[in-house]
Amino acid sequence: MVSGRRIYADFKVFSVGYLRNKFGLFFGLIFPVILILIFGAIFSGGGTGTVNVYAQNQDEGVFGQNIGDQFLAALNESTTIKVITVNASENFADYLAAHSASDGIIVPQSFSADYLSGQQVNVTIYGNPASSTSGIVGGTVGGYANYFNLQRFNGSMVIGLSSATVSTQQTTYVDFLIPGLIGFSILTSPMFSLVNISSEYKKTKLFKQLSLTPLTKMEWLISKVMWYIVLTIAGFLLMVGVGIFGFGAHVTLSPWLIPFLALGPMLFAALGMLVGTVTKSPETAGVIGNIVTFPMMFLAGTFFPITSMPQYLQTVAHVLPLFYVTEGLNNVMVYGNISGAIIDIAVLGIITLVIFVLAVKLFKWRED
Amino acid sequence: MKILGLDPWKNGYELHKKIGVIPQEFTFFEKTSPREAINYYANLFGVKVDVNEILREVLLEDMAKQNFENLSGGQKQKMGLALSLVNAPELLFLDEPTTGLDPNARRAIWEVIRGLKAKGKTIILTTHYLDEAQQLSDRVAIMDHGRIVAMGTTEEIIQKHGSGERLEIHGNKKLAEYIKANTELQVKYDEAKMEITIPLEKKIDALAALAAAEQSGLDWGEIQTRQDSLDDVFVKLVSEPIEKQENTEVIEKTSKKKRR
Repeated sequence: MVSGRRIYADFKVFSVGYLRNKFGLFFGLIFPVILILIFGAIFSGGGTGTVNVYAQNQDEGVFGQNIGDQFLAALNESTTIKVITVNASENFADYLAAHSASDGIIVPQSFSADYLSGQQVNVTIYGNPASSTSGIVGGTVGGYANYFNLQRFNGSMVIGLSSATVSTQQTTYVDFLIPGLIGFSILTSPMFSLVNISSEYKKTKLFKQLSLTPLTKMEWLISKVMWYIVLTIAGFLLMVGVGIFGFGAHVTLSPWLIPFLALGPMLFAALGMLVGTVTKSPETAGVIGNIVTFPMMFLAGTFFPITSMPQYLQTVAHVLPLFYVTEGLNNVMVYGNISGAIIDIAVLGIITLVIFVLAVKLFKWRED
Repeated sequence: MKILGLDPWKNGYELHKKIGVIPQEFTFFEKTSPREAINYYANLFGVKVDVNEILREVLLEDMAKQNFENLSGGQKQKMGLALSLVNAPELLFLDEPTTGLDPNARRAIWEVIRGLKAKGKTIILTTHYLDEAQQLSDRVAIMDHGRIVAMGTTEEIIQKHGSGERLEIHGNKKLAEYIKANTELQVKYDEAKMEITIPLEKKIDALAALAAAEQSGLDWGEIQTRQDSLDDVFVKLVSEPIEKQENTEVIEKTSKKKRR
């Protein structure tokens, strides 16, 4: 029943037509990149800002004096580092991993005693060599170590640095923004287009015209979905490219992204189709389309992580289909949480199937 | 009812592969050219076509690469015609193909339709322009409230439902009365138009009427003989003006069948 030849014919005509329309191309591809540039510039500023550094002070002190505390306090005074203290009983490496943190310092047990007695003692710096922040941390800690060395009566080098490597990376806003804006374009581009197309074709009787050919509505919708998948992948590459090369974002690319880049456009193309189908005029379709789209755009973790929202809004977010796209993309690209991503894929798959079937069933070539 | 041996209610999908239809006010994807559109339809129907041949047939070769949005009204209709030809249908339905077009564009479409007719296609064309029906059709059907109220060749319909030949003389009431008194002819007078109408049973009756007018010594102006046109017949047969009719769409159908 479903013919690949007809789907391909429709795909070709639609994609060529789409590419000739500069306006659609702008919103589909360029607009999300502009958003990355704008948000990236606002939140990453000119520099990296202060780096959060987790610090564990194992120093036991001597004569009621704890030089380790003084050292960390001094570090915290710097403009480049913000020290977050970790309880001495924690396993430091695990703690960093659990907090998706890449930068940390350990002040050793004998720090005060060795410092005061002039014994060589090393502060251990944890860092990810791939992360731009580890250089900042290393430089700052080294500077303060020298300062403490000079404060000693003979200025001898007692405090040295040793380093340890961690695989986790500190997430920055841009890291988070890229999956969010990919989600944004997965939502808006197919959704707005299909709302518009389906109501407009209905009004101009173009659907009726197509009904006079052997093309079926299922084939028509599949060809649209295919095009928006292509467009999504192009937008994805563009945004990831800008994020990595423009803002030094750390995102992981993995085959686990493919289900999101395929199911997302399918879901929102079908949802747009559904909105266009159940509304009477292009005007109402546009309004309903906005009512469906805008809450998703802001509440589904596109521009801010939903963990920064109040609890009731987080609950709301879980009902929005886009949430599973952005959460899934974040799980794969930022947190490396594949088991979480698989749950997102499952939920997304079910929602997509339901919406797609509904759209095909309710959508009619002609209003009889 | 069956069309080409198929029940349109049950086999609609199959039937569409065998017929060509241009809906009223044909529209297409804005950014698609006639050439691309023809190839698209050929792929949908799964047929091989000579695109240039079809473009030639509808006189659209010069605009083959222009996007639909850049075509004029007449060219858009021609593209519709071109698409309806892709599946080489025996039967074509054209729904008001010239509505809204300027006289030149209409004539161009007529030329295309005549060409298709000459190739042996059966065309069912609906129109509000009765001159178009008269120009193009072999057979005409006039419909009122969805019912056929007259059908046949233009001549047959006019003969059957029209009022026959009549002489019209522009003149005053006195002249009308003079002719009535001095001939055996029926004379009607329209005061507002100052028009004397004399139905002609035989053509020679016109001579008697004119002789009487000359004899009267009164002034008389323009004379003409005329017959009901398809327009007149339509007005007579179709009960109310189209705008006043509700719920029922009125279409005047002119069906042209090739004489075999």
